[in-house]
Amino acid sequence: MSELTDLYQEVILDHNKKPRNFHKLADANRSAEGFNPLCGDQLQLYVKVEDGMIRDIGFQGSGCAISKASASLMTDAVKGKPVKDAETMFAAFRDMLSGGANAPGKLAAFSGVRAFPSRIKCANLAWHALHAALQNSAEPVTTESAKDF
Amino acid sequence: MLDTAKIRPEFPILAQRENGHRLVYLDNAATSQKPRKVIDAIVHYYSFHNANVHRGAYALAVAATDAYEAARTAVARFVNAWARESVVFTRGTTESINLVAGSWGRANVKRGDTVVVTAMDHHSNIVPWQILCQEKGAALRMVEITEDGRIDLSDFGRALEAKPKIVAFPYVSNSLGTVNPAAQLSRLAHAAGAVTVVDGAQSSPHLRVDVQAIDCDFYALSGHKMVAPMGSGALVAKPALLEAMPPYHGGGEMIERVWDDRSTWNKIPHKFEGGTPNVEAAVGLGAAIAYLEQLGLDKVSAHEQELARLTIERLSQIEGVTIYGPRDHRAGVVPFTYGDIHPHDLATILDRDGVCIRAGHHCTQPLMRRLGVAATARASFYIYNDVDDVDALVTAVRKAGELFGVLAS
Repeated sequence: MSELTDLYQEVILDHNKKPRNFHKLADANRSAEGFNPLCGDQLQLYVKVEDGMIRDIGFQGSGCAISKASASLMTDAVKGKPVKDAETMFAAFRDMLSGGANAPGKLAAFSGVRAFPSRIKCANLAWHALHAALQNSAEPVTTESAKDF
Repeated sequence: MLDTAKIRPEFPILAQRENGHRLVYLDNAATSQKPRKVIDAIVHYYSFHNANVHRGAYALAVAATDAYEAARTAVARFVNAWARESVVFTRGTTESINLVAGSWGRANVKRGDTVVVTAMDHHSNIVPWQILCQEKGAALRMVEITEDGRIDLSDFGRALEAKPKIVAFPYVSNSLGTVNPAAQLSRLAHAAGAVTVVDGAQSSPHLRVDVQAIDCDFYALSGHKMVAPMGSGALVAKPALLEAMPPYHGGGEMIERVWDDRSTWNKIPHKFEGGTPNVEAAVGLGAAIAYLEQLGLDKVSAHEQELARLTIERLSQIEGVTIYGPRDHRAGVVPFTYGDIHPHDLATILDRDGVCIRAGHHCTQPLMRRLGVAATARASFYIYNDVDDVDALVTAVRKAGELFGVLAS
């Protein structure tokens, strides 16, 4: 059971049940869709960027506990932060999932995903959507199109 | 019930452990495991008979051709086909349906025509028709399902009013387990002037199929779901239709004479088997059919239905579990959700106890939209599953509920 409790840590179960920033942003100036065609997980991300800062962020959609909690914790982590900090966090998050050191703060809760290779895409989905939104890409990101999922 | 104590040791993979537990393989609607007899048949073919078929003048090539054609005879007998020539070997159900769409469909469907499918069809019996209809400017009509997961016969009747050229439906739904009244649907479709295409991917492994009794025009099957190798399968069709159809793939074997600028075609079924075929797959399929016939398809159906019945009974006792599909007329497929636990999380948690189930949309996205869910968990049974497997499933589902503090939704 220990690997399972590593995967589904309290903070992840909590954010799955009560996702933060789980709403549409009326004044978003960036948005992107994340979609995993293999399992149907889908999320829509809304971001308000001003002067290189993420002023506000929200998401909607449906997915597993890992993808939903990841989106929720991500929005908490990047809200009010400079865009370049968000990109740095994304790099640290990806690095953690591919076997590197734990990402900072609460994002370290996803370190247990490393033991479940089939679930890494779930954890990454929201971050890829954020990256696309910040790049202002109009194309939905799918877990099958991004090379480094 | 089948004698699983005797059957299980015949499947080498079942001796393996999954995450330290007995392998409880409940994803049989996705693919089945293979018995030693099928694996040995493939090894035997390559060890003693391998040569290219239908062309060598030497004894070895004759032996390879005999093995390949014996498998065709086995498939024809297995589904009670109209003739040996009714059986075209393909890579599986998907290729079989694409063959019908690409050959019969392209030759016969015109602008303004209608093709009918159902809302419970697998993507493999939807997408080839979408491609055909888009190319031809034809309309694709999707028949609705009832609340309890059957084809809505009144909507089916309304769809037939358009006098469709093709009516396609699954014999057994991979997502719901519904066993459809194939003979009745085929009769109604014929009365409206359509040809019928039956997706037999989920029926061929699990029940006695008689294509002449169903009186469909085309029947598609996959070997890998019925203890045969991946990449084995067949299209079974009325010979007169195959005779009239243009070829599907051009190449060697499917021709009679090739001139500089044109060719004439080989006899059926070879007209549809361009290129060197997957002889290994056909030989394995033949061995799989012998294996299933020895067990008896009626006993196979009864065994799976009993396991599904028991599973539904046991899962229904857990508060928050929802089971999808009809109460009766169902095969050994049990789709379910559990409170607000996402099916992928359920599958990950079950796998820790060695229980392999499928979670997702099961290649039936239009059906999922109608059920109002993004995904379901699905346990599907086969000949080697037993009551211990049902126990393991139910115990693991309860554990998931504890871990997630499930909320009934």
